[in-house]
Amino acid sequence: MATMSESIPQSNVNGRASWATVKQVLSYGILFLLALTFIYPFLLAIATSFKTLPEINQYPVSLIPRVVTLEGYQRLLTFNVPRWTLNSAVVAVAVTLGNLLFASLGGYALARIRFPGSKAVFLGILGTMMIPGIVLLIPMFIVLKMLGFVDTYAGLIVPKLITAFSIFLMKQFFESVPRELEEAARIDGASPLQIFFRVVLPTAKPALVALIIFSFQGAWNDFMHPLIVITVNQQLFTLPLGLALLRGGMGQNLQWNSLMAGSMLTTLPMAIIFFVFQRYFIEGISYSGIKG
Amino acid sequence: MTVATGIRGEDRQNAIAGWLFMTPTILIFSVFIIIPIIAAVYFSMTDWNGISPPIEANFIGLDNYKAILTEPGIRQTDFFTALKNTTYFALGVVPMQTIISLLLAVVVNQSLLRFKSFFRTTYYFPSITSSVAISLMFLFFYQKSGLVNQVLGTLTFGAWEPIAWMADPRGLIHIVLSWFGLTIRTAPDFLTQTSLFGVTLWSWISGPSVALTGIMIMNTWTTIGTMMIIFLAALQDIPNFVYEASQIDGATAWTQFRRITLPMLRPTMFFVVTLGLIGTYQVFDQIYVMSSGGPAKTTLTIAYLVYRNGFNNSQMGLGAAIAILLFIIIFALTMIQRRITGSEADN
Repeated sequence: MATMSESIPQSNVNGRASWATVKQVLSYGILFLLALTFIYPFLLAIATSFKTLPEINQYPVSLIPRVVTLEGYQRLLTFNVPRWTLNSAVVAVAVTLGNLLFASLGGYALARIRFPGSKAVFLGILGTMMIPGIVLLIPMFIVLKMLGFVDTYAGLIVPKLITAFSIFLMKQFFESVPRELEEAARIDGASPLQIFFRVVLPTAKPALVALIIFSFQGAWNDFMHPLIVITVNQQLFTLPLGLALLRGGMGQNLQWNSLMAGSMLTTLPMAIIFFVFQRYFIEGISYSGIKG
Repeated sequence: MTVATGIRGEDRQNAIAGWLFMTPTILIFSVFIIIPIIAAVYFSMTDWNGISPPIEANFIGLDNYKAILTEPGIRQTDFFTALKNTTYFALGVVPMQTIISLLLAVVVNQSLLRFKSFFRTTYYFPSITSSVAISLMFLFFYQKSGLVNQVLGTLTFGAWEPIAWMADPRGLIHIVLSWFGLTIRTAPDFLTQTSLFGVTLWSWISGPSVALTGIMIMNTWTTIGTMMIIFLAALQDIPNFVYEASQIDGATAWTQFRRITLPMLRPTMFFVVTLGLIGTYQVFDQIYVMSSGGPAKTTLTIAYLVYRNGFNNSQMGLGAAIAILLFIIIFALTMIQRRITGSEADN
């Protein structure tokens, strides 16, 4: 060690020190600049949602509206947006509850219960993850049509009540729970159902929170599925579906304050959830490593 | 009923519980994934229009596949145009998002860095936002008088000519070629006259159009947050002593990155690239909201073509066939990629 540090000329050490400073400054510079490109678009969208139509395309763009107006939001009311928001909320909550229950049950069974055929079931679920969602677009429509699910809440909710991703998340989690807990309960004569609800599930809180977040996010932001389920009944539009078709309906005459207002309304609930539960988002992704 | 019945009783109880717990999942997956997949294969061999009862559809064998792959005509041209666009999309987005998110993860992972959680939160935020909301925002920014042109104008001191991004069908490679005087008028005949799968060679080499590039940039912007978090998790799994040991051996930061970080991240890299490929080959929402496949079909992607054929043109059979082909393409790409990264990982 001694010979090594001696062999480094003094000037080199100084050079290294200043290089480290340069590197630091450069890192922060790039990171903040990039952060700006992530934040600014949202700020501008918020500002635009409060601007009057003539002001929106004025040069240069400004983050502060000269005249603050609720015109954009008021116009949304005439387009049934409150109903769409309610639909989105109902669908997202139902889908989240379904995933919570079915993924915990399924994940636990796959992780802990030794039952015949469990391997085949697991491989089957793994296999469905290989199937890209877009491939299911048309056949999903066929099945929905046969079941009479087109243009219904059931069509929006039932196919999404459980996802392979949720099952894997929970399976992964339950595998990390110490077995001793269940052993003790089993010796006391508890049935698998009792063990699951009374002993194991209460330990799963962090995984369940992650699951709530991902399921809600997936359902709230989903566009493709509502697009094929809801064909004529505008009363059943979800928020993203309504917004996309609102844009289409405006043709060339795009009322940007309303479109930005709608986008911000769609973003707001997720933003609130995100800032409250940040930790779980990050953990959830790192933890499962299978988001997608 | 009780523990006293012994091993056999417990086995039976486990079997019942296991299958009971799995029932909801198996039911939903069968009805909404497995049956549809089988149905898709069948309907891809029919002329079903999506309106008449499905049972009345005529079985036409492989006609849809022939029309798409081998018979000259609009169906072949549309499919290969979409394949071209989607491939340019993937070739642009996957490397961009992988490299940027990896670099970000390495920078954000530095132990001395402050405001770590601020950066992580900021970069990840677009990932939780609805694709429709983001698409509408960028549609607004990409207008001729919009934010993107204004920023580019400022950065180039006014030299940048504002363009209407989403209405611009010019291919990027075509634009570069035109700087050297090569346009569709001056291009040699073999480029403009020869067709391969219903698309001229000249069109094959167009590069992504300006409109598609706009969507690619947006897509990268939205996804790097997620990818960065995945890389960060993997980086934190690399034990510190490996770096310390190499430091004692006199390794520079660059050597460490090349010799330790990159090899250790190989499985994650595989995962991120796979995610990227699967995602980009299915790009749909953004196309639907921002461009509907235009201008001049330069943003027509395979996923959008599936939707358009099935739901707008009443050709569900044809759409299903394209979807099956897309599945095969994605599957093949994943396998090829696994082979490439897999064989390197063995060394």
